[in-house]
Amino acid sequence: MRGDLVLRVISKLFIPFMLLFALYVLFHGELGPGGGFQAGVIAAAAIMFYAIIFGLPAARRLAPDAVVEAMVAAGVLIFAGVGVAGLVLGGNYLDYFVLDRNPVRGQERGIFWVEVGVAVTVSGVMLKVFYMFAGRGRDPEDA
Amino acid sequence: MSFASHYAYGVTIFLMVAGLYILIASGNLVKKLIGLGIFQTSVYLLYIAPGKLIGGTAPILAPEFTVYSNPLPHVLILTAIVVGVATLALGLAIVVRIREAYDTIEEDEILAADMAEDAGQRS
Amino acid sequence: MAVVVVAMVVRRNLFSVVVLAGIYSFLMASVLVALDAVDVAMTEASVGAGISTVLLLSALYLTKGEEAKPMRGPWIPLVVSIAVGGALVYGSLGLPAFSDPQAPIHTHVVPRYLQQSLKETGVPNVVTAVLASYRGYDTLGETTVVFTAGAGVIVLLRLRKRRAENKAAK
Repeated sequence: MRGDLVLRVISKLFIPFMLLFALYVLFHGELGPGGGFQAGVIAAAAIMFYAIIFGLPAARRLAPDAVVEAMVAAGVLIFAGVGVAGLVLGGNYLDYFVLDRNPVRGQERGIFWVEVGVAVTVSGVMLKVFYMFAGRGRDPEDA
Repeated sequence: MSFASHYAYGVTIFLMVAGLYILIASGNLVKKLIGLGIFQTSVYLLYIAPGKLIGGTAPILAPEFTVYSNPLPHVLILTAIVVGVATLALGLAIVVRIREAYDTIEEDEILAADMAEDAGQRS
Repeated sequence: MAVVVVAMVVRRNLFSVVVLAGIYSFLMASVLVALDAVDVAMTEASVGAGISTVLLLSALYLTKGEEAKPMRGPWIPLVVSIAVGGALVYGSLGLPAFSDPQAPIHTHVVPRYLQQSLKETGVPNVVTAVLASYRGYDTLGETTVVFTAGAGVIVLLRLRKRRAENKAAK
């Protein structure tokens, strides 16, 4: 699909906007609809769109396999890390009240980092699954 | 009780029955997974429809509104949707592997191949 | 939506069934917006109509078979499904009417969430507050489930390279 002019132009217009929109949904999830899952899925969809139009190797250069696999695990670690931070600072596991001197600010901070962790894991998993499916190719025997 | 008050449940039940039918009656494994997806979306409807209050608004607190729809089912269903797509991804990965092992994804052909293999091993 | 679902039941070309599934997800997302579930609608639209469709199409590409063949007659599954539907209709007669403010779902813990969440967490979106703070453990579990699914797919679909290398080496 690389040769199709309309698709190329449209995708180059849309993909940065989609990535930015994913970040917006993530950060704005506290004030409006949105949050971690939606942001992760939209970010993964943007990279999938890029892969469909420009080919899988180009997308692999943009988001290499090692980075995506690291993202899959890093999100869960961030989430668990927020919980452990609650433990270390004196409260229960996943207690947000102790993360800051003002408990409400602590809640906001905890919620923010938790959503970031969720978004990272979800986008990493969706992208990795897509890479695995798309990169597999048909069995050469039954061409 | 009238028909209108339980209309949401009627739609849910129809979708659930349709999803169940696709799940049971299809021979093709991918179509079975799609039927499972329809079944899951009908369950989302089952949870969210009772939470809606007519005249309420989305559960985002703002000074202008006083009546909000129930946010608790939204939370559960958000989790359920993501778990559903994770299940779909794993199921499709298994289907791809089955295809490579048996060269088909029709259920009755796979069953026949298995039974032939068992008969061959026993004899 | 009922029309789309019936079409999905009947059509045998899997490619069209996948496209109909995408349409169905979008319709479901609009219904969810009408039910004031905006977060859920956004997730359902992006996940159901985006990711699911892409995954199904790539799986169809990898499995070559595009047509579902007819099986032994449709009557037993039809009878079973309709029997289950009948049981569900009987069960739903006891459920509360649509938009009943006195239904149990609205009276237990939700008023506390709605009233206290801005004071306790400072976050206006109640769904995010409940998801990340009041029910944070569930979200941790769900993130782990997503991670496990990703790990499972990696394990299932990774061995191919070794087999291809063995074939090339022979």
